[in-house]
Amino acid sequence: MSATTTTHIPAATRERPPSGLVGPVAWMRANLFGSWISSAVSLVLLYVILRAGWSLLDWGVIHAVWTVPQGANGADTTACRDAIGTGACWALVPEKYRFILFGFYPFAQQWRPAIVIVLFLAMFAISANRRFWRIELLYAWLVALVAIGVLMWGGILGMPYVAQDQWGGLPITLILATFGLAFAFPLAILVALGRRSTGMPAVKLICVVYVELIRGVPLISLLFMASVLFPLFLPEGIDIDKLLRAQVAIILFAAAYLAEVVRAGLQALPKGQGEAADALGLSYGKKTLLIVLPQALKLVIPPLVNTFIGFFKDTSLVLIIGIFDLLKSGLTAVADPNWQSFGTEVYILLAVIYFAFCFAMSKYSRGLERSLDRGHRR
Amino acid sequence: MSQTATLDRAGTSNEAPAIVLDKVNKWYGTMHVLRDVTMTVGQKERVVVCGPSGSGKSTMIRCINRLETHQEGHIIVDGTELTDDLRALDTIRREVGMVFQSFNLFPHLTILENCTLAPIWVRKTPKAEAEEIAMEYLRKVKIPEQAKKYPGQLSGGQQQRVAIARALCMKPKIMLFDEPTSALDPEMIKEVLDTMIGLAETGMTMVCVTHEMGFARQVADRVVFMDRGEIVESGPPTKMFEDPQTDRLKLFLSQILRGH
Repeated sequence: MSATTTTHIPAATRERPPSGLVGPVAWMRANLFGSWISSAVSLVLLYVILRAGWSLLDWGVIHAVWTVPQGANGADTTACRDAIGTGACWALVPEKYRFILFGFYPFAQQWRPAIVIVLFLAMFAISANRRFWRIELLYAWLVALVAIGVLMWGGILGMPYVAQDQWGGLPITLILATFGLAFAFPLAILVALGRRSTGMPAVKLICVVYVELIRGVPLISLLFMASVLFPLFLPEGIDIDKLLRAQVAIILFAAAYLAEVVRAGLQALPKGQGEAADALGLSYGKKTLLIVLPQALKLVIPPLVNTFIGFFKDTSLVLIIGIFDLLKSGLTAVADPNWQSFGTEVYILLAVIYFAFCFAMSKYSRGLERSLDRGHRR
Repeated sequence: MSQTATLDRAGTSNEAPAIVLDKVNKWYGTMHVLRDVTMTVGQKERVVVCGPSGSGKSTMIRCINRLETHQEGHIIVDGTELTDDLRALDTIRREVGMVFQSFNLFPHLTILENCTLAPIWVRKTPKAEAEEIAMEYLRKVKIPEQAKKYPGQLSGGQQQRVAIARALCMKPKIMLFDEPTSALDPEMIKEVLDTMIGLAETGMTMVCVTHEMGFARQVADRVVFMDRGEIVESGPPTKMFEDPQTDRLKLFLSQILRGH
């Protein structure tokens, strides 16, 4: 036995932090007025924010025109015209929202695209819940896809046929973005895996060429090719739907970008993970599905969602090949002579709609990251 | 090369040897990393492979379940030769468990899921049965209470014990250990070594790359010393440590002992 005795060290007593370190006043002192330069910057920014906020409030609420009377030739927008420069013309919204949302879709039938929008939102909500991430969800989406087609085209169940060139507005944007990304994502995973394949150089080459070729051209030129050039190569009499052609162009374009994001995730995964799976006797397919992809995709959620959000907005480029997406419908709505000067209001409305979708995606992805993070946190 | 020494166990039993390496050569580019490596591991034999870093010992052990491919020579594991034939490879990998220096647990799966994954997907064991087996092995490595946790929540020593349990859940005939304690803090090395000693006592065929000479003395039937890609000397641990024949082993032992 050793002769030394251990000294008892009392455990640190728990104390609350000194009162000067918490609370809003302390926070402001620490973060806004820590030094004279930070105080000066804070005050200048406060002034700018208040001025801009006040102008916006003044224009958007206080001097805004909310309703206009109906005249002989549609709405009488004199009140709005008088207010140009001083107040917003929100009377445009109740007057034009159906055109912005549904484009030239026959007015009496617009309940159909309205249901399509609701269907999309419901499917998004269901798909967002990880409890429903089962094979049945895929079937549900296939059913939804058919339902969307039936509702939009009609021609059966007593619904009159509506040609595709009459579709417009938000359903078009949702269709292009949702199915664009839904098909691009699995394709991107295959391309990324192919590009990293060591055993099959031909597959690797094809994947590299595909990614570099598609990434090297602007989306607009791909859309032009899809709408103008592609039909020239088809045999006489065969005509593929213009929306479908644009959809395919978007899928191919998005897949090339997403493939690089997925590849980054595959590369970031420690080599030992694949080796451990190999050593346990897992086949390539099982290793990829059970070990590699769940981890690799989790790693790249932020850039994936970044790309998703980018493509959601990039679908608006289809307006240049004459497809009436949300943006084009909005622009067309203010082509009406009565409403010609109120582009700003429409842009703000469109921005709010786009923002709502993009913000939801961003918010959701952060939640998903957090809930998937448990494994790596100690 | 002590052919007689390698044959003592495999030769006396009537069973086929568990692992045969016959004049195995491997190059990384122009670097010759394995030179005519010839070794036989008998059933239930416990072999410790040691040598300075870069001596090819890890490469050699990784060739046994084909995480690395050899370019010349033959490797026969449990009667099946390792070739490009994927079916033979699957058979061998099912029978050979491996424990890595960096544990390589799957961080997105719980401890229990780590242990049941391969039995369920490779051996097609029913889930309930696989979980029962997994719990049994987790009890053996003394961490059944961690089954629902994720690897990131465990200490290094605990993770390595889970890695051993995970490999054992496949009921392998042979276990390979690639420096299993090198990434651990000193106070955790003992718990992992104790687990390995326990495993050795069950009669498992083991090939273990390690610098733990105490472990080698205690459990190894034979110690193989590698340097610059070749087997320099091999024999029973007492003989190897107390009466080394080659200068290279003498130098290695003096360096190891100085380090301790």
